Amino acid sequence: MNVNHNTEKDRLNFWEKLYLPEIARGLGLTLRQMFKKPMTRQYPEERWEPTGSYRGRPVLVLEEDGERCVACSLCSRVCPALAIEVQAAETTREKERYPVKFEINMLRCIYCGFCEEVCPEEAIVMSKDYELVFTNQEDAIMGKDKLLIPIAQLQDRLEFLRRFK
Amino acid sequence: MSPLLTDILILLAKVVLIVNGLLMSAAYLVYFERKISAWAHNRIGPNRVGPLGLFQSFADVFKLYLKEDIIPTLADKKFHFIAPIISIGVAMAVYAVIPFGDSFVVGGKEVFMTVAPGINIGLLFVFAMSSVGVYGITLAGWSSNNKYSLLGGLRSAAQMISYELSMGLSIIGVLMLSGSLDLTKIVHAQAGGKWNIFLQPLAFIIFLVASFAETNRTPFDLPEAEPELVGGYHTEYSGMKFGLFFLAEYANMVTASAMMVLLFLGGWEVPGLYEALALPAGSPLVALVQFGVFAAKLVPILFFFIWVRWSLPRFRYDQLMNLGWKVMLPLALANIIITAVVITILQHYGIM
Repeated sequence: MNVNHNTEKDRLNFWEKLYLPEIARGLGLTLRQMFKKPMTRQYPEERWEPTGSYRGRPVLVLEEDGERCVACSLCSRVCPALAIEVQAAETTREKERYPVKFEINMLRCIYCGFCEEVCPEEAIVMSKDYELVFTNQEDAIMGKDKLLIPIAQLQDRLEFLRRFK
Repeated sequence: MSPLLTDILILLAKVVLIVNGLLMSAAYLVYFERKISAWAHNRIGPNRVGPLGLFQSFADVFKLYLKEDIIPTLADKKFHFIAPIISIGVAMAVYAVIPFGDSFVVGGKEVFMTVAPGINIGLLFVFAMSSVGVYGITLAGWSSNNKYSLLGGLRSAAQMISYELSMGLSIIGVLMLSGSLDLTKIVHAQAGGKWNIFLQPLAFIIFLVASFAETNRTPFDLPEAEPELVGGYHTEYSGMKFGLFFLAEYANMVTASAMMVLLFLGGWEVPGLYEALALPAGSPLVALVQFGVFAAKLVPILFFFIWVRWSLPRFRYDQLMNLGWKVMLPLALANIIITAVVITILQHYGIM
């Protein structure tokens, strides 16, 4: 008969079988932990400020003379979750095209950052915003009003992209 | 006022004091349980309700009162209702005989710091009552008409009966040394630093382990083993009925700790303390100091209970039974024989 002998009796030595020394060791371990500094943060009062490498909510870059986006729809094309919808239109500005409609459905977005990677104009970037709570589904679909963020607020991410992209 | 009326009033005052004190201590044990677990996990723990979260327990109880009380359709409603009452009633009844100190004299009247003073079977009463406690849990498990609850209740019955034996046998050595079942007399027998923990160390360890099993605390919390049995015997309880089981568990924890203090740690006796204070005998101040000493010994044991819960994993069922019947019981019996032999020898040579 092919019996594999690996019972508790075989595994433990005499002192381990007594339980008490091992229990004391375990208790000592937890007692040491009790005097350490807590690792947790008091969330609503203490907020975590992410670094430039953090991929939060994707936003559109707003420069002094208007948005960077030229509505090429590459982001919409690459988006694996089909979260982005872009409608292009013509404009008299130098870039000639701009998005009339730019919507990201934040219920679909998976924060992969492909849109940012594919963007030829560096117009869509991942922000540091991680507090995304909605009370209804309509709020989760973000139009241009919520997506356009002044370039000054996105410097960390743009710097990160210049160095590591 | 007639003497009978005074007696009744004093008795009522003591009962109100102990019931409320017990509920409060259970409430704060829950708070400290959560705090200590948080410290052991490098967390902060409850800190929102009141300063340092001190009112958390009241918020918890308030929530339990406001919750819907659900009774399963196919449950045995009578027993489903009675089970938590048995649990909490029994847990509180034990405090009738637990002394928190000696007596003190107020207005020419001697007041004992026990609800029922001078009961000469105090220890037996405590053990009898804690055995009845298993009915609460088993009935809860059986009446819920839920297989997990039933398994929890059955495990509880098996576990409590197994460990009650070694618990009962472990204190026989203490009884032989003190020669009485009256808890006050057992404490007095330990006066002058003759604490039973030094005279009966093996009995203390057996009693400690068995009381963990009796109070259903980790590592012996098989009756409520949440990963296996959902919630064990209280799966089908909600609202304050669940709260009563919860309270009973913590009240039992206080009882077990109080028994350890009384039987092994010398109760309110500290060598030299009362002589050094030189307070007049029988003054309420002495009683206060005695209660303080009692509490000071109680708190570390309660901390130990909670500390163990957040350190050790749960026993497997076969390990539980092996430990109970093959290790603890023979050790307790051996302890009785050794104690008896030593006492006989010492008495023969006239030392004791």
